[in-house]
Amino acid sequence: MSVFRTTIPAPPQDEPMVQLLAPDGTRTPHDELDPVLAHLTGEDLRGFYRDMVMIRAADLEATALQRQGQLGLWASALGQEGAQIGIGHASRPQDYFVPTYREHGVAWARGIEPMTLLEMFRGISHCGWDPHELRTHPYMIVLGAQTPHAVGYAMGIQRDGAVGTGDVETDTAVLALFGDGTSSEGEVSESFTFAASFQAPVVFYTQNNQWAISVPTSVQSRVPLAQRSRGWGIPSVRVDGNDVLACLAVGRIALDAARAGEGPRFIEALTYRMAAHTTSDDPTRYRPRAEEEEWAAKDPIARLRLHLAQSDEIDEAFTTACDEEGHELAMRLHHHIHAMPDPDPRELFEHVYAEPHPLVAEERAAYDDYLAQFEDEAQDQEGVR
Amino acid sequence: MSTMQLPIARAITQGLRDALRADDHVLLMGEDIGVLGGVFRVTDGLQAEFGAQRVVDTPLAEAAIVGTAVGLCFRGYRPVVEIQFDGFVFPAFNQITTQVAKMHYRTGGRVNMPLVIRIPHGGGIGAVEHHSESPEALFAHTAGLRVVAPSTAQDAYWMTRQAIESEDPIIMLEPKRRYWMKGDVDTERRPELGLHDAAIAREGTDATLLAWGPSVPLALEAAATAAEDGTELEVIDLRSISPLDIDTITASVQRTGRLVIVHEAPVFGGIGGEIAARVTESCFYSLEAPVLRVGGFHTPYPPARMEEAYLPDLDRVLDAVDRVLDA
Repeated sequence: MSVFRTTIPAPPQDEPMVQLLAPDGTRTPHDELDPVLAHLTGEDLRGFYRDMVMIRAADLEATALQRQGQLGLWASALGQEGAQIGIGHASRPQDYFVPTYREHGVAWARGIEPMTLLEMFRGISHCGWDPHELRTHPYMIVLGAQTPHAVGYAMGIQRDGAVGTGDVETDTAVLALFGDGTSSEGEVSESFTFAASFQAPVVFYTQNNQWAISVPTSVQSRVPLAQRSRGWGIPSVRVDGNDVLACLAVGRIALDAARAGEGPRFIEALTYRMAAHTTSDDPTRYRPRAEEEEWAAKDPIARLRLHLAQSDEIDEAFTTACDEEGHELAMRLHHHIHAMPDPDPRELFEHVYAEPHPLVAEERAAYDDYLAQFEDEAQDQEGVR
Repeated sequence: MSTMQLPIARAITQGLRDALRADDHVLLMGEDIGVLGGVFRVTDGLQAEFGAQRVVDTPLAEAAIVGTAVGLCFRGYRPVVEIQFDGFVFPAFNQITTQVAKMHYRTGGRVNMPLVIRIPHGGGIGAVEHHSESPEALFAHTAGLRVVAPSTAQDAYWMTRQAIESEDPIIMLEPKRRYWMKGDVDTERRPELGLHDAAIAREGTDATLLAWGPSVPLALEAAATAAEDGTELEVIDLRSISPLDIDTITASVQRTGRLVIVHEAPVFGGIGGEIAARVTESCFYSLEAPVLRVGGFHTPYPPARMEEAYLPDLDRVLDAVDRVLDA
């Protein structure tokens, strides 16, 4: 029997959670998941560790930059690095990712520079990357709206015949990311409906980080979220979201099934948002310190470090080098953001439409004329001097 | 023989058919548009001709119809979605205003949204609630969208084609109570008018009547009636609500000095107000009378047995014409 289930246990709270790495680093063998990970080398595992360290360093620096007034806002993904790096590496280059706004680890795995994310939170652009080139959708802020986009993209893949061919470079899947709060949005349910009806090659991946700003998951759902999709006939699994290997393994199985034409899958990665919702939030108003400490002991980075140390895949020199590299990344971000000029305000008129638009052109010209009169005044004053 | 007499609904069908033939990446999506051919039969026969992958009967979920169309645009498709009735567009309002309208801007011009959202709109068909709305101002107010409203069979065919060819998202409002009004359609010769040009539907000198979609035949009827009394009204068929062809409006009002705007939507906050403001800017010294608007009231759309009182009719339009002429 697969870890992906279509039935709900009785009582529902008995939903099992797939875990390969215990918080103390112990590796549990698993009949279904181990073959999926069999090809991983020590270098691969060290790479996952480095990825998580780097993205955490960038995340902490981004929060600091917000406190320095350099970013308008930052949405930290601290604690979710395992869930994000795991699923990020489960994909193939041709797959298409559809994120929320808190997917900095996923973005890292897709080749999006942390700088690009910080520019968005600074207010330089709404999306600094090319979704076509990096095969990653813009960050979504109206949560829930992204999931039908993912299903529609998957419907396009079907029409392109890029599913179920058996060719590893052709078959393509979409990963739709959303959180426990967003699972209550109607568009997520509608997306389940469309994905199931059309058997679209899409994997829904929820990072259940326990808190939708101040509201706990228990207000979003009375049953484990993993069970949500089964009423649609979409097989699903609950995985330990702080276990990068388990997230990678179930992600691969789900994406492989989608690419093979077996239809959608749903994964609930159980994790924890260690930081505030954003830099504007104060979690001391709604959640106990003890809960944060309980989850700190399940940290995804510490867990992989313990595992790799136990199997002699890493030593202190490696972890120190990773920490130093993370520090260097943070410093680069710091200096880049502090030195970053604001865009020319006239750029706000660009790209409203793909084709010429008379009203935008007229308003832009009028604004140019308005600005020009100040330039003329400045020149006149220059002349007087 | 490329010219034929077609009702507006059939002209749209032919426009969709020719677009599906011209480009493999065009596909239609919506509720009941396949086997049934749509509740107004606008997509009649198209699934049989192009298959269920290109003429897609969707689940009953408007947000996902538009939302999946956005995803299809990212994959290089040119979806044409049908919203069954105007009042059912609101479940998709989030997708249309926060996603469709903003995606090109959000991505710094890297991603186009060549998406057409067809909405049968307007009242006068004796329907139950939510089947007679005129939501054009809500969409026109949203930058990133283009909003058009054909009123003739010829425009219905060509504006369908032009909308599908556009790289920007188009809200196409179809005059549902005029669906079976016939007109000549030439499917071969491309019209000189662009998608966003207004048309002079009737020339006149004494005052300008401006209307779009289902109100254009009413404006023409008013002009014909006024002509019996020797009053020559110019009628502008606006065709495009966003962007506005303000040059055509300005030129007409500078000639006539008087403007009456007719639309089914409520007057308050309606497109007529925007046009009146623009005309005040561009024609201030030509105006002989205040710009007047004739439209729906600041009420929800009423039960059908009261809709004749709500909708602009010949007497209300001519009353407004009298008032601008008497000023």
